[in-house]
Amino acid sequence: MSLDKATVQKIAYLARIEVKEEELEPLAKELSGILHWVEQLAEVNTDGVAPMTSVSAEMALPWREDKVTDGGYAEKVLLNGPETSNGFFLVPKVVE
Amino acid sequence: MSDLTHLTIAEAEAGMDKGDFTSVELTKAHLAAMAKHKDLNAYITETPDQALAMAERSDKRRAGKQAGWLEGIPLAIKDLFCTEGVQTTAGSHILEGFKPPYESTVTANLWKQGAVMLGKVNLDEFAMGSSNMTSYYGAVKNPWKRQSDAKDLVPGGSSGGSAAAVAACIAMGATGTDTGGSIRQPAAFCGIVGIKPTYGRCSRFGIVAFASSLDQAGPMARTVKDAAIMLKAMAGHDPKDSTSTPGPTPDFTKAVGQSIKGLRVGVPKEYRPEGLSSEIVAAWDQGLAWLKEAGAEMVEVSLPHTKYALATYYIVAPAEASSNLARYDGVRFGLRVPGQSLDDMYMKTRAQGFGKEVKRRILIGTYVLSAGYYDAYYAKAQKLRTLIASDFKQAFTKADLLLTPTAPTPAFAIGENLDDPITMYLNDVFTIPTSLAGLPGLSLPAGLSADGLPLGLQLIGRPFDEETLFKAAAVMEQAAQFKRWEAR
Repeated sequence: MSLDKATVQKIAYLARIEVKEEELEPLAKELSGILHWVEQLAEVNTDGVAPMTSVSAEMALPWREDKVTDGGYAEKVLLNGPETSNGFFLVPKVVE
Repeated sequence: MSDLTHLTIAEAEAGMDKGDFTSVELTKAHLAAMAKHKDLNAYITETPDQALAMAERSDKRRAGKQAGWLEGIPLAIKDLFCTEGVQTTAGSHILEGFKPPYESTVTANLWKQGAVMLGKVNLDEFAMGSSNMTSYYGAVKNPWKRQSDAKDLVPGGSSGGSAAAVAACIAMGATGTDTGGSIRQPAAFCGIVGIKPTYGRCSRFGIVAFASSLDQAGPMARTVKDAAIMLKAMAGHDPKDSTSTPGPTPDFTKAVGQSIKGLRVGVPKEYRPEGLSSEIVAAWDQGLAWLKEAGAEMVEVSLPHTKYALATYYIVAPAEASSNLARYDGVRFGLRVPGQSLDDMYMKTRAQGFGKEVKRRILIGTYVLSAGYYDAYYAKAQKLRTLIASDFKQAFTKADLLLTPTAPTPAFAIGENLDDPITMYLNDVFTIPTSLAGLPGLSLPAGLSADGLPLGLQLIGRPFDEETLFKAAAVMEQAAQFKRWEAR
């Protein structure tokens, strides 16, 4: 699959990464190169093969009681926030 | 006192037990050596005050007969492990200044056993790279040089700072993380020992996530025994990581020195592709000869899907990364670049905060997970992953462990291999299949290239059978008599 500029623009928006107009073309070429290369997987017949979703699939995932075991330190959570106020993270205005 | 930095962890423990020197003296010697080797750019953040305070406390514990397994040993921590109150960058601009309010489980385990933190070491940005060249904090230099020129070489990556620091004796050992080869390839490039344990052996809690189904922490050290001591301390079940394995951790140090008589060593025929460098082949054959001399048997095995491992990895890992790295949004930690709207702020922050390789992988990952392409790419790669893992299962019915080269070349020069991302990806061709299957892999130095650079060999084991790897690695280490960097 070769990616065009519009597709790169769309993926970049999905990933919330600003890409300048002049970077779109070279990026499309680079990403297409990688996609062409990974498409070699198509030559392998994988009919009836189950996808490996986890290395620990053979291990039963642990269960625990649904109760609060941690928390209660809002100030620590906010410590690294670029902008915070009164126990909240601040972001640019989203509602007029 | 300068020789103190050349000791192994086991030797330093013995020396401190005898009262020949203290942890404070050992730590000071390392801090002095770090100042002398600043040009390597191995450390992003040095923590000398903390190191000395930890060493003082350690000496008191030893005096009170309460010494841990790593009592008083100065270590470097890859800057991907969260360390409480100490900047943790992941090699990225987007996390510059981030001071975690908590400690990763692996580092907490090390401190519990008495280790001393010298500082946080450099890495490829978000552990994405095989050269340490993608770090926002600059490339790391390999202490080794070629005989034929004076060019600065890469230490490998992503745990490049860890490997360079251990090789140059500015840390007695270091933590690394390995997603597709990030412990083993730099260990090979710098002439040290590194082991990526079985997925689940070490807790991932507090390690900045890259690809969660592949990421594993492991030790990097100058000897097999030192690596075994460190792994014993780092590993263990952690309820904070649901993929961490319950059950006791074996004493890996007991495996060092055991006989390998009758052990079946598998040689995967697909790891000898046409065009593989003759000196890599020679080192590999030499390694097999050492194991044979010690009483092991050789068996040829086949891992037929090997050639698809890299492409599989470059779908699975970026997909997981694109999801994991969504958290860097300029709201809760790290860099924020102001914008007109919330979306604009996200987009500008991520555009300026991430480097080129990280963006490339996020975009690939976003694409292969996007509506309409998921089955063609991501689901397909997961099926290939099943086939790759079952290749290994099959091989381990005939062999008890596998021996392969760690990397297809010795260390290359800083600035090389940057033109095409795929050329760089090929560095991990021998390490990635193991990662996809979740198996343990250990790299140890086997000899030197014609140009005087370390060459590494990789031992691959069954799940949770690190002990066999340590056993065989110790035998090979003994036979190789590899002269480390500090001994030259």
